[in-house]
Amino acid sequence: MYQYDDYDHAIVQARVAQFRGQTERYLAGELSDDEFRPLRLQNGLYIQRHGPMLRLAVPYGLLSAKQLRKFADIARRYDRGFGHFTTRHNLQLNWVKLPDVPEILAELAQDELHAIQTSGNCIRNVTTDHFAGVAADEIADPRPWAEILRQWSSFHPEFAYLPRKFKVAISGATQDRAAIQVHDLGLQVVRNDAGEIGFKVYAGGGLGRTPLLGQVVREFLPWQHLLTYTEALVRVFNRYGRRDNAYKARIKILVKALGREEFAKQVDAEWSHLKNGPSTLTTTEVARVSAQFAAPEYETLAPDDLCHLGHLREDKAFARWVERNVHAHKIAGYASVTLSLKKPGAAPGDASSEQMEAAAELAERYSFGEIRVSHEQNLILADVPQRELYTVWHRAKAAGLASPTVGLLQDLIACPGGDFCGLANARSLPIAAAIQERFEDLDYQHDIGELELNISGCMNSCGHHHLGAIGILGVDKNGEEWYQVTVGGRQGNAARIGEVIGRAFAAAEVPDAVERLIGAYLAHRHVDERFIDTYDRIGEEVFRNAAYLPKPAHPHQTRKVANG
Amino acid sequence: MANKQIIKERRLQDDAWKVVNLVDGVAPFDVCLPVGPLLVPVSVWNAKKACLIAREYEHGTPLGIWLSPEDDVAEIAKDVDDFTVIAVHFPKFADGRGYSTARLLRERYGYDGELRAFGDIGRDQIFFLNRVGFDSFVLGEGKSAEEALTAFNDFPETYQAGADQPEPLFRRRTA
Repeated sequence: MYQYDDYDHAIVQARVAQFRGQTERYLAGELSDDEFRPLRLQNGLYIQRHGPMLRLAVPYGLLSAKQLRKFADIARRYDRGFGHFTTRHNLQLNWVKLPDVPEILAELAQDELHAIQTSGNCIRNVTTDHFAGVAADEIADPRPWAEILRQWSSFHPEFAYLPRKFKVAISGATQDRAAIQVHDLGLQVVRNDAGEIGFKVYAGGGLGRTPLLGQVVREFLPWQHLLTYTEALVRVFNRYGRRDNAYKARIKILVKALGREEFAKQVDAEWSHLKNGPSTLTTTEVARVSAQFAAPEYETLAPDDLCHLGHLREDKAFARWVERNVHAHKIAGYASVTLSLKKPGAAPGDASSEQMEAAAELAERYSFGEIRVSHEQNLILADVPQRELYTVWHRAKAAGLASPTVGLLQDLIACPGGDFCGLANARSLPIAAAIQERFEDLDYQHDIGELELNISGCMNSCGHHHLGAIGILGVDKNGEEWYQVTVGGRQGNAARIGEVIGRAFAAAEVPDAVERLIGAYLAHRHVDERFIDTYDRIGEEVFRNAAYLPKPAHPHQTRKVANG
Repeated sequence: MANKQIIKERRLQDDAWKVVNLVDGVAPFDVCLPVGPLLVPVSVWNAKKACLIAREYEHGTPLGIWLSPEDDVAEIAKDVDDFTVIAVHFPKFADGRGYSTARLLRERYGYDGELRAFGDIGRDQIFFLNRVGFDSFVLGEGKSAEEALTAFNDFPETYQAGADQPEPLFRRRTA
């Protein structure tokens, strides 16, 4: 992975010193709340329900074991011994104290960690595919490009006060696992007929109040021009994006208002002045960065390890875990493993310091010392020899990281919601817990099969509810928590925004509604059809009707007034 | 207004420029021009260009203009060489359009005179403002200019090219 040189260290340390000064001036009353807000946000610091929330960056989802141990240590000493991994690879700490933050950032900087631009109206952490570098369907490793973009966007002087936040995602594979079409800027690595690397550029995607898929503004952007083109695009946004209404300030609104062609034309006009300028990338720089993402020294292994096959035959629980949590690897004899951060009773994406340390140890022993964070809020060991899978499973189980449910109902995505977040209209976590409890039976879950269920506590859509086959959105009705349900959303190449099925549900009704939707699927599915496939075949109406059936699925449950 | 101090070339200096505002209900050509060097709005520049240039020609009064976030800098592209000072107004520091304006003036339209930021700006904006090409700063009410002078050194290095650094870091990294 990328190692800082003296320049990178100096820049990040300067940022720590700068924020230390800003915090001191704020605490001394020299900076007002309004003045301090964008400064702290651009260092990942929110003021939340319980006090500050600190969002630490995990650039493009990649961590060394040492860095994950540092997170564990920080969470233990400055927080309550756990953190929350988000859909954008970051780690959130919910109980830090404001005066401690400069010191936390200083400690993080020692291990090349920071909270730079994890919030605020600036260019945010670049996200990518959690199987980058190991996926069989990869065109080119997206991580060098993500790192190049990270450096370019860090402290970009022109773009610190954009109309609104700006999120970039990049995919290097034929299957998009980075949700690039719902980002402000989505980059798909492609090759042209001559075999040269370039990017298909999507702009104007995003969830939130107005969910929109990105539109293709350039079919092939040669790699040399990645930064100049991006700079032109963000400049058009900075100059012409709306600033009169925060809900209409994302680039998607500008792209929609101008139309794809006109927007692309304006970007091209801007780009014509920047193209071939000093920010044009060089082969030297791309080689320098790419070298740091070189493949680890894989052993030459047989494609099928005999011991592994034996364990698969003999141990059903192991086989079930392998089926869901182990993923094909491009190198024979290796596999990628998802360490699940989902289980009933724990908030999705939450990891205790002990779990982080356990994951770090697994990475050190079995996966070249690296861990990824997936946008589904799990941890990934990318390079595990097949022969070690059985041991990894046992150790992961002991650490509570082996729920065999990746892609199933229990693997749902949820934001922290009203329990923690100051923006939320409703709580997400009790809903997630109620659904996980309702479907706790593993056989039932495996029978239902792959189903993406995503929960957001408000329109900001941090839980990507629009992209869930079942999406749940918390809404506030006269001070009560209600939940709007969408069906048919999907991520990936055929990304699609889910449809609202009708009136919102009270909190206690949500598991019933989900169960009825799943009942409709089970009643109509063909063999080997996933929920989303059945939905595509039979349409929304069946699900809509099922969700509002008068007969409660669990009559013993009394309806409670939410938000009690 | 005379003898107020501003940050210019990284130190405090006396400054005599006055900002002319267009008052509601007054047409740009009706604006009365006080003596001394003036920063006028784009509309006044367009309406009274001949008069302003005559002041410079006959009295040696240097020309200045100020741009609001809404102004399209392309509109004055042909005139930039006429100005001794171009100022960019920041009504709210969180409105970052002026940063793009500055880069366009410096990089696209070749303006090499004084480029001034004024309005709701303070110590925490100076570093980036300087990087996009501003070289003089009139801070918001109550902001300490002495404190702001330290901000030029916030970062020892920068990844991107800028007005202060023609090459991005990746072209300067020693192998």
